[in-house]
Amino acid sequence: MLFKLSLSNIRKSFRDYAIYFFTLIIGVSVFYVFNAIGEQTAFLQVSQNTSDIIDLLKNMLNGISAFVSVVLGLLIVYASRFLMKRRNKEFALYLILGMGKGKISAILLIETIIIGLGSLGVGLLIGIGLSQLMSTLVANLFEADMTEYTFMVSSDAIIKTAIYFGIMYLVVMFFNSFMISKCKLINLLQSGKKSEKLKLKNPVLCVIIFIISACALGYAYYIAGWKTGNMSTEKLVKLIATGAVSTFLIFWSVSGMMLRVIMSMKKTYYKGLNSFTFRQISSKVNTTVASMTVICLMLFVTICTLSSAFSIRNSMNANLKEMCPADFELEYAESHDDELQYVDFIEKAHEYNYNFEEDFSEYVHFREYKDDNFTFADALGSHLEEMQQKYMYMDYESREDIVKLSDYNAISRLYGRKEITLNENEFALMCNFKSIKAIRDETLKTDKEITIFGHTLTTKYDECQDGFIDISSQHINSGFYVVPDSVVDENYAKKDYLIGNYNAGTKEEKQVIEDKINNKYRDFIKDYTSSQNDHNTHYMYVINTKIDIAEATIGLGAMVTFIGLYIGLIFLISCAAILALKQLSESVDSISRYEMLRKIGAEESDISKSLFRQTGIFFLLPLLLACVHSVFGMKFATFILEAFGTEKLAESIGFTSIMILLIYGGYFLITYLSSKSIIKSHKQ
Amino acid sequence: MEILKIQQIEKYYGSKSSLTKAIDDISFTVNKGEFVAIMGASGSGKTTLLNCISTIDRVTSGHIYLENTDITTLKGKQLNKFRREKLGFIFQDFNLLDTLTAYENIALSLSIQKVSPAEIDKSVKNVAKQLDIIGVLQKYPYQMSGGQKQRVASARAIVTNPKLILADEPTGALDSKAAKMLLERFNYLNHQHEATIMMVTHDSFTASYSSRVLFIKDGKVFHEISRGDDNRKQFFDKIIDVVTLLGGDVNDAL
Repeated sequence: MLFKLSLSNIRKSFRDYAIYFFTLIIGVSVFYVFNAIGEQTAFLQVSQNTSDIIDLLKNMLNGISAFVSVVLGLLIVYASRFLMKRRNKEFALYLILGMGKGKISAILLIETIIIGLGSLGVGLLIGIGLSQLMSTLVANLFEADMTEYTFMVSSDAIIKTAIYFGIMYLVVMFFNSFMISKCKLINLLQSGKKSEKLKLKNPVLCVIIFIISACALGYAYYIAGWKTGNMSTEKLVKLIATGAVSTFLIFWSVSGMMLRVIMSMKKTYYKGLNSFTFRQISSKVNTTVASMTVICLMLFVTICTLSSAFSIRNSMNANLKEMCPADFELEYAESHDDELQYVDFIEKAHEYNYNFEEDFSEYVHFREYKDDNFTFADALGSHLEEMQQKYMYMDYESREDIVKLSDYNAISRLYGRKEITLNENEFALMCNFKSIKAIRDETLKTDKEITIFGHTLTTKYDECQDGFIDISSQHINSGFYVVPDSVVDENYAKKDYLIGNYNAGTKEEKQVIEDKINNKYRDFIKDYTSSQNDHNTHYMYVINTKIDIAEATIGLGAMVTFIGLYIGLIFLISCAAILALKQLSESVDSISRYEMLRKIGAEESDISKSLFRQTGIFFLLPLLLACVHSVFGMKFATFILEAFGTEKLAESIGFTSIMILLIYGGYFLITYLSSKSIIKSHKQ
Repeated sequence: MEILKIQQIEKYYGSKSSLTKAIDDISFTVNKGEFVAIMGASGSGKTTLLNCISTIDRVTSGHIYLENTDITTLKGKQLNKFRREKLGFIFQDFNLLDTLTAYENIALSLSIQKVSPAEIDKSVKNVAKQLDIIGVLQKYPYQMSGGQKQRVASARAIVTNPKLILADEPTGALDSKAAKMLLERFNYLNHQHEATIMMVTHDSFTASYSSRVLFIKDGKVFHEISRGDDNRKQFFDKIIDVVTLLGGDVNDAL
């Protein structure tokens, strides 16, 4: 009997439950998809490096899943409580008919179980379908081969999803029973009679609060966007708190002012159903300031997370092409008694019968020099103090790197980049790390002359040139000097460099040479060091290869993309679901108002227009403020993202917008259409 | 001059096996400037009749002419336009929009007719004066008494100068003092502005303010009395007589 009642309840209030059910299904399927990534990637043929990254990704996704389940749990509890409130009359009827509270709880229990099982089942089915698409995305992101792909179902992910959502539903059941046991019949009966008080807020107070919060927000924006250099954690927390409080106050004051402003525009206000429309909106915004704030902040986080994630991935992949134009780089140095001493690595290798150069189709072998009397501090000259204030923990006493012009041009030829020319008394400073480049540029404008190895040189350019020696996936060259060959004193050579391309055409052949050269290199170092029994001698070597860098870049990019997508998706559906639920219940409450409008002869098209505007503005308001927040939030984020490169930011923001448009816009459309059917179906 | 002509209308509910005749062949006419009351017990069909005239419901057969337009043939947009321009409604439960002030409630029925804001202001203030609600114009429904709400609703109904004002138990939710005040306003509108009013009620006292009373029973016009030159008290006694004649059927009527 109770089961029958529950089932018919769900069927009856399907309109109310549709959005709830829909959201649960999305939640379940997203949860499954991201937890199934581990098994989905098992078939991929990837290198050890990449599979390490995938393991790391799995662990991170596990951690994030815990966080996501908390967010979803809160959403579900909120939504079910909200739906419960709508049914107070029904519960009152049961109580009057003599049904015990225990039985009502049982009805709710059965309902939750039906909805839970239904959403879990449907969600998992959709999730399994979607995760096949996800496999393609994974393979694409890791640039892996997916010829051995088969349809896959991850039993681990299914179990995990079932357990997590099971717990969430249990919490909901507990909450429902608790609420039922607490409620009083008289309150339930009278719950329909709302004594809605629509007091206009004091307009002067609204304006004052608006100005104050706008100023606070502006200040927070300024600090976040332009004073990013010396940001401490404590400051950041304060900034976020300021932003959150200001957001709340802005919604509070705008909801009060908006109506006043529109009311004063008599021509607009008394046109068609406008007065009705704006009253509806303002009463809704008035009563939902807190949730609007939460939604706005969540949207803000979503926008920034998604944009940053896509930006990191896109920029790194793009930079890889530009910044990593050679297959192999070796940097070698020895120090004896703490002083760097130059050793010609290639020549030394010949002594031990290792011919490194035979594996390269082309290579540049060159030296890097350092002048004891030319440190970073010397180079900065009068700008030292400014720099020290901004970056406290840099080593200002380190000696600057110096490269011969002919060597630099040889590298440029190898890299396919522009060569430079210098007169005998000129130098060029190469740097592409944005924040350091800014300081170095300032320096070059005022301190045009430097002294290296006793020669006085003048800068050829007014600013740093875009150039680099080390292959990498990012703009991280913090600066080196290119000087005419004649200036350099060979006694001050400090490091040996070999940069080259493998003597191979295809990817596989390159991998073969890479493995060979790695082994050869290890053997040589072993042979060489065992022959030198000097405890005060240390060896320093760095090997960068394009394959390693690419794998790390792709892996990191993929990881960031997944995490961004995961958090972004969950936040987005949570926000949209809350808004949708509020709007739908509002529509149910307003059925009689729309009936009224019809009775006095309002056109159906005008009523639809009014509803569209109400829903639209309700959805748009938090998004609008979130967008403004995001403009400055992203300015802050680009500072942090600088190392990864921010070239593809516009593209990433575009991609984020499309995602928001699809999901948020989708929710908006569903909400509008179901609201329309709610207010229509009660037509006599 | 007749403004409303009802011609053999019928309204059936239900299926063939269990047919309910809510209206069973009713015909009558209403002249311009008349104040007609329709009385009947619960379930007699009086509200169905009003709904059919107000185009909220459709008749099963027969015709209803308002100023020579057959409103039973109107559809969609024409219907909305007709309702908007020709009719004014007053309901038992006021049906004011709780989110709007009294002023805005009255203005709304003009603004959906695309009247300019300046004219709206003039009309609203004018009608508010007639119904004595100037003082509550800036208040919300929840801040008003029942009588005030009903007068605001009435103001909304007449502000568009409708051909016919339809009132469904307008005094149903009012105390006797507020009811009396409202009915006096109706009388004023009827006499001073020649407003045509058709009112459904089961209350003899309320009906006694009208100029003619139609009694409906089981979907048929059972009896009809006109006020003629009687004063309200005499007319009230006549109504009571008919109600008594109707027997226990309208025993809730005073």
